[in-house]
Amino acid sequence: MLPSWVAGATAFLCLLIVAGFYPSVTNGGVLRFEGTWLPQLGLNFTLRMDGFAWLFSMLIAGIGFLVVVYARYYMSEDDPVPRFFSFLLAFMGAMLGIVVSGNVILLSVFWELTSIFSFLLISYWHNNAAARDGARMALTITGIGGFCLLIGLLLLGNIVGSYDLDKILVAGDVIRGHSLYVPALVFILLGALTKSAQFPFHFWLPNAMAAPTPVSAFLHSATMVKAGVFLLVRFWPVLSGTYEWFYLVGLAGIITLVLGAYFAMFQQDLKGLLAYSTISHLGLITTLLSLGSPLATVAAIFHMVNHATFKASLFMAAGIIDHETGTRDMRRLSGLFRYLPITGTLAMVASAAMAGVPLLNGFLSKEMFFAEAVETHADSILDRILPYVATLASAFSVAYSLRFIHTVFFGPPPTDLPKPKPHEPPRWMRFPIDLLVIACLVVGIIPAISIGPFLHTAVVSVLGPETPEYSLSIWHGVNLPLIMSAIALIGGTLLYLSLRKYLATCEDGPPILRNLKGQRIFERILVEVSWRWARTLERRFGTRNLQPQLRWVVATGFLAGLLPLYLSGFETREIAFSGIDPAFAAIWLLGICLAFATAYLAKYHRLAALVMLGGVGLIVCITFVWLSAPDLAITQLLVEIVTTVLLLLGLRWLPKRTEGMVEAISLRARFRRFRDLALAVVCGIGMSFIAYAVMTMPVPDAIANYFLENAYSEGGGRNVVNVILVDFRGFDTLGEIAVLGVVALTVFALLRRFRPAADSMDLPEQQRIQNSFDEDRPERSAGDTVRDYLLVPSVIMTWLFPVIITFAVYIFMRGHDMPGGGFSAGLTLSIAFLLQYLAGGTRWAEDRLRILPLRWMGAGILTASATGISAWFFGYPFLTSHFQYVELPLIGKMPAATALLFDLGVFSLVVGSTVLILVALAHQSIRINRLRAIDIARTEEG
Amino acid sequence: MELVLATAIGVMTGCGVWLILRPRTYQVIVGLSLLSYAVNLFIFGVGGVKTNVPPILVDDVPTTTLADPVPQALVLTAIVIGFATTALFLVVLLASRGLTGTDHVDGRNDPK
Repeated sequence: MLPSWVAGATAFLCLLIVAGFYPSVTNGGVLRFEGTWLPQLGLNFTLRMDGFAWLFSMLIAGIGFLVVVYARYYMSEDDPVPRFFSFLLAFMGAMLGIVVSGNVILLSVFWELTSIFSFLLISYWHNNAAARDGARMALTITGIGGFCLLIGLLLLGNIVGSYDLDKILVAGDVIRGHSLYVPALVFILLGALTKSAQFPFHFWLPNAMAAPTPVSAFLHSATMVKAGVFLLVRFWPVLSGTYEWFYLVGLAGIITLVLGAYFAMFQQDLKGLLAYSTISHLGLITTLLSLGSPLATVAAIFHMVNHATFKASLFMAAGIIDHETGTRDMRRLSGLFRYLPITGTLAMVASAAMAGVPLLNGFLSKEMFFAEAVETHADSILDRILPYVATLASAFSVAYSLRFIHTVFFGPPPTDLPKPKPHEPPRWMRFPIDLLVIACLVVGIIPAISIGPFLHTAVVSVLGPETPEYSLSIWHGVNLPLIMSAIALIGGTLLYLSLRKYLATCEDGPPILRNLKGQRIFERILVEVSWRWARTLERRFGTRNLQPQLRWVVATGFLAGLLPLYLSGFETREIAFSGIDPAFAAIWLLGICLAFATAYLAKYHRLAALVMLGGVGLIVCITFVWLSAPDLAITQLLVEIVTTVLLLLGLRWLPKRTEGMVEAISLRARFRRFRDLALAVVCGIGMSFIAYAVMTMPVPDAIANYFLENAYSEGGGRNVVNVILVDFRGFDTLGEIAVLGVVALTVFALLRRFRPAADSMDLPEQQRIQNSFDEDRPERSAGDTVRDYLLVPSVIMTWLFPVIITFAVYIFMRGHDMPGGGFSAGLTLSIAFLLQYLAGGTRWAEDRLRILPLRWMGAGILTASATGISAWFFGYPFLTSHFQYVELPLIGKMPAATALLFDLGVFSLVVGSTVLILVALAHQSIRINRLRAIDIARTEEG
Repeated sequence: MELVLATAIGVMTGCGVWLILRPRTYQVIVGLSLLSYAVNLFIFGVGGVKTNVPPILVDDVPTTTLADPVPQALVLTAIVIGFATTALFLVVLLASRGLTGTDHVDGRNDPK
């Protein structure tokens, strides 16, 4: 109850707001609202309402309101109604967004949104397979169309140089004369024609009829499917008038017009008939737009409004019939007029409008269509057959309208209805149909006073000075269009009478063509593309093995580096040899040997490889010192320590490998190794060349100077690296520490469920030897040996605890002006904790020290974010920092920037994350004892 | 100076690439560490190789002669994140070893 009231009030409010804008859009007036979004990319949240957008908005909001009223009674108590209304309103918002977008990219965003909400609404009864399939098909087709539309709009924006709709609308000549016109046109048309269910993309619409009927009335007849033709009208001033436009749009329109009407005649489902009729009428509008004449465009806009009114009311009537009788199958429905006299009368008037009977709105726009069909626009076969085709399609539409009324409401009383006693629906369920049918009548009888001014406003906003003279009146004298109408009416009636017998019993769909189902073709294509092709591609190129994947990554990386060099022709240049510092060279000679040793030893001698790796790390660290980067040297040194400890902790759980177990090396393995070696060598050489080339180039005057010059004046720090981290690029750092925190939590979570492999469960060999040594001697207990030989280091480590903490504080405090900072201080403090674990063992350390790394992490990220947010309170952007120097007793002058507070957050998070990772890994040794105990207990039981 | 550094970067890259293409997880993790040394040094080197220049702002020293702080800031965070990813990878490889019983990168010794 409440959801429908909220939804109804919202829709009604929308209607009132839109109606209130009317004075601003008459006489070609345009309302604009501009909000900056990504102005650098020409993408702004621009809303723009002109007369045409106003008319469409009225249609959307008005029919939206009526549909909500209708749905209030249509939806059953058991359906999740709030979900329905929220989707419906969301769709309405997206649709209004399309209509009032002033930026074409924004338009395409709303366009996608309507596809998504259409998907959600069609699949509203998602336990129904047909609803799911229909929804998926609609989303696939309109989604692909939306993607094409985006490409088209990007091309259009590229031609014009702006994505602003107003700029595009005045650049018609530029667009039509541009070499990218045809591709842009094709892509935009793909978007428009898929959305408006035009041939050959029409088949999604009948399948979308699995949606609740209010959805069909709103989305799939009155509004969403009109988005395509809306777009065609929107871009009509700039895209139309060329042969490409005429042929592409005209062909799609004419085929859709005839095929849709022909298919509609043979449907047995009421909603299926209306769906194909909708397709046909959209084809009519498309055909009108293809002609490129202003008068045809007037007719198109007029017909959009007319079609929305009579088709929405027909859908609602079909919904009432379905609701009251429990079926929509026309073979079972009959003689309902005696039960539903009012609904029947309303449906009759609406179908008469659909058939184009005089005194109704459908007649007026159809006459205009006939008049335009007779005119010659672009002399061609398409143009010459158009009058005949138009009359034929019109006769078909008379036939199906007649069939709809005659089968359902006349004839003998129905015999096999699921609900045998149909009766009139509640008063307010019929109210929307009343209103819409009255609108059909009023517009049909006194068009010039009722719809006239609004239509004129819309037409002027699209056509501007090209607005033609047109008259909205019922009687234009006996002319060719009237004769065509008469032929269509008589022909359609005769056609229905002759087909009546056949239609009463035939299968769904027209003869012969019923076997050619777009749906089946679509599904076959989908299976082919998304399953067979994908499988073949996966078989050919995919692998689940890591090595080939990495090999591809490395090879691609190498080629990506080589390609630009190759394209620029390997231009060599003189490089002044700057000399070699012998000491530096000697260090790196050692470093290179260590790197080779690491690579060689990593397979069988893990510990040795780790030591060598640490050696390389230390040499990297020395290099940083040498090359004037003390900050990096500190961080590298500290990270080297924690990484080594980390890997040491991990080594325990890896399987034993000895050189003895060398397997026979096959020829393939040899080849693989050789290939990898070759890849490694070329990558190494390439990297050397590039590094040498880059380092000997003069450093361009890039952003470095900006930071150097402003670090002190704006960031209040002398250590520019630290100022960059915590101030200039503080947002990046916030991201970095968030990543660090996420990684730590992931490690923690992964280790909670960690179970080592069976062969790692036993005590390590060394511990076994030590324990048996202890057990052999009565005066010793197990574990004494470990304590003994680490006695001196552990005492030193324990004593060092306060020293290292002080050192961490020192590094942190000086960070803003001297090398140091939150990262290195955090690592230092975590090493202090680490040493306590090393000194006394996990249990000993945790008896004395509760670290709570999660709190450190939380406090860190909160401090950093809060520092950033606090800038808002002073009217500055996120993370703007403030600084000044303060005098502290004893310590002296001390920089106190808010960036320091941010750095405190970094510090705290680094401590928490590092400790969490290492402690979680260290705890596995304790956990394994428990696991082992469980295992032993199990074997004893078993 | 540059020549030595470039050679070192090349050697570390080569050794790293060789190791990450090996079948054992430990080799891959060591290889990634070597590669990250190489990459860090490379990024650092892009800012120009300067010895004996002040790394922080000093009065009376023109800013153009100072060490380039931008690559340093980049590399500093890269080092810390490198530690985090190493830790993550280590734990993943331990978990994979625990689940599959092998330390092969594909979780089985005889990949299809």
